Amino acid sequence: MTPEELVTLTLLRKARDMIDRDYAQPLDVPTIAAKAFMSPAHFSRKFREAYGESPYSYLMTRRIERASALLRAGASVTDACMTVGATSLGSFSSRFTEIMGETPSSYKARDHSAIEAMPPCFVRVTTRPARDGSGKSSRNQEALGHTGP
Amino acid sequence: MTISLQYTHLTVHNPDEAIAFYRDALGLEVQNDVRNGDFRWVTLGTAAQPGLGIVLSEPHAGRSKEDGDALAKLLAKGVLPMLNFTASDLDATFEQAVSAGAEVLQEPIDQPWGPKDCAFRDPSGNMVRVAQA
Repeated sequence: MTPEELVTLTLLRKARDMIDRDYAQPLDVPTIAAKAFMSPAHFSRKFREAYGESPYSYLMTRRIERASALLRAGASVTDACMTVGATSLGSFSSRFTEIMGETPSSYKARDHSAIEAMPPCFVRVTTRPARDGSGKSSRNQEALGHTGP
Repeated sequence: MTISLQYTHLTVHNPDEAIAFYRDALGLEVQNDVRNGDFRWVTLGTAAQPGLGIVLSEPHAGRSKEDGDALAKLLAKGVLPMLNFTASDLDATFEQAVSAGAEVLQEPIDQPWGPKDCAFRDPSGNMVRVAQA
């Protein structure tokens, strides 16, 4: 490991923090890459190496995580979609379903007592859907205590 | 019969940077800073919790090169567990941290669930959250 590698990881972290902070803004990859002083292509490659998913995918999982929190708090699907910076209800719902394994309304309707037991700053980190390439969020299923299909 | 937390360990890249942050930005006290050759024992604490020490340790201390490198990378990526504090005056603590040059992740905001809180990165990349006591 070289000092340069640590500098690169630190820059990637600052860019990731920017996504976590400004997820509701109309962020695009060139804007995020500029935060890390990298070209969009180089940034996307290094980000994926470091965090296991592309910057755009990371932005979407943050939005879905925040939308889930709003749904648990009683927001409508439309309000949750708009509040997290998604512009099309249709693509938001299909992305939500793809990542969470159920529709936003089905998610909203069921029990969330396990999540309600955690402090929200911890919920925000631990319930973020993880993308492992299969299109299913194994981490989130685990956090919700789902063992079956 | 009672049991209390005595030490909690915090991984940092550079103890001097960490001391400056936790002392100047958050107001912790340096309890110990003892050197013996390459070995350094640094603990931080707060008068509000006598008996609790935060021990600073470096990624490669007591680890193989490979394990130390892996930990250093996780630290720089900002994915190690966060540290949570409470403050009797959150706004004053936040102002002090900003004046000391802390990297702000979240300004103090009222959370829907209760206390106001704010968040920083320490110089190594650890997330530090502070909530109103």
